[in-house]
Amino acid sequence: MYDRGKIITGIILFVIVLLIPFLYNSFTGRAAYVPELTTGTSEKECVGPKAFMRTDHMKLLDVWKETAVRQGVRTYRAHNGKTYTISLSGTCIECHAQKEQFCDRCHDYAGITPKCWNCHVYEKVVRK
Amino acid sequence: MKRRDFLKIATLTLAGVSVKPLTNLFTKPALADISSQGTQRGLPQWVMVVDLDICGKKDECTDCIEACNRVHNIPLIKDSRHEVKWIWNAPFDSIFREQGFGRVHEEWPKKSVPVLCNHCENPPCVAVCPTKATWKREDGIVMMDYHRCIGCRYCVAACPYGARSFNWKDPRPYIKEIHRDFPTRTKGVVEKCNFCEERLARNLVPACVEACKEGGLIFGDIRKEDSMVRKILSTRLSIRRKPHLGTEPKVYYLL
Repeated sequence: MYDRGKIITGIILFVIVLLIPFLYNSFTGRAAYVPELTTGTSEKECVGPKAFMRTDHMKLLDVWKETAVRQGVRTYRAHNGKTYTISLSGTCIECHAQKEQFCDRCHDYAGITPKCWNCHVYEKVVRK
Repeated sequence: MKRRDFLKIATLTLAGVSVKPLTNLFTKPALADISSQGTQRGLPQWVMVVDLDICGKKDECTDCIEACNRVHNIPLIKDSRHEVKWIWNAPFDSIFREQGFGRVHEEWPKKSVPVLCNHCENPPCVAVCPTKATWKREDGIVMMDYHRCIGCRYCVAACPYGARSFNWKDPRPYIKEIHRDFPTRTKGVVEKCNFCEERLARNLVPACVEACKEGGLIFGDIRKEDSMVRKILSTRLSIRRKPHLGTEPKVYYLL
């Protein structure tokens, strides 16, 4: 093989560069990082069980959107038998008042940017 | 087939078919039935009446417009190309010209008249919307679902009353007070008057009606026999915008 030395060094360098993110994560412990969420409420119950809300809140919000806007039904009977008003800026944000420390933190971690807040108003946007 | 066999099969079939209706007797109606229940009960049909005898008495009154702008987070953009309007004032002559009423009274042509979405019985905007982002509710309100609007502006072109506005830019910097009770809109969607659907849901009259202290705006259910709007419309002469188009507006103007 011609230029054996160069090729092998090249491959080794390439592999090292490729592994940098993984090595970085394993040495700094960043891979195990999980965002810390603060709800900012003393309320113990959400409109759904915790596990369900964690994985499926977007589906629930989608259903809420359809029921409120298209069917004009603005109340939601939750799993715990309580009735909630269907409102993102009302019901949701009332408890999860610190949007930045709750919604945003996890969404940033997951690398997604929901468009809800382009229209729906939260405390920071309110202007009087 | 023997007569006996036929009877056996027939009885079994009947028993099989009757399972579903029988179980229905013991179950609650499904959630999907809510809409049809509404029709049976006879949902209201909302109409608005603008009394031109009262409206415009106070010089350059914009109470109704300001109230609407406030509750619906409507941006105030000076550039007329980017303007967003739900309810606004227009000269009588420009909106009723083809009906020839301008000649009846000297002052009328220049009179300022509030105009808004007519919530047509046959809404052309609904017919053209490719995503059903705008549709007619059972109570007659022509609704917008901003989530679904793709900003094609077909409805803006279809509306004969100019009642629809497009958000050419982010409206938020242009809103004086932003309230939490109602969402703002975003760049790229169309918007218009919603007959205060969100307030009707809370048993409140539309914001413009509430704001008109003189009582120039009357709102109510035309289906209800003893409703104010029905009484007024049956006793006084009223006109609607562009009746020849057959859109059947639900905003009436009393002469």
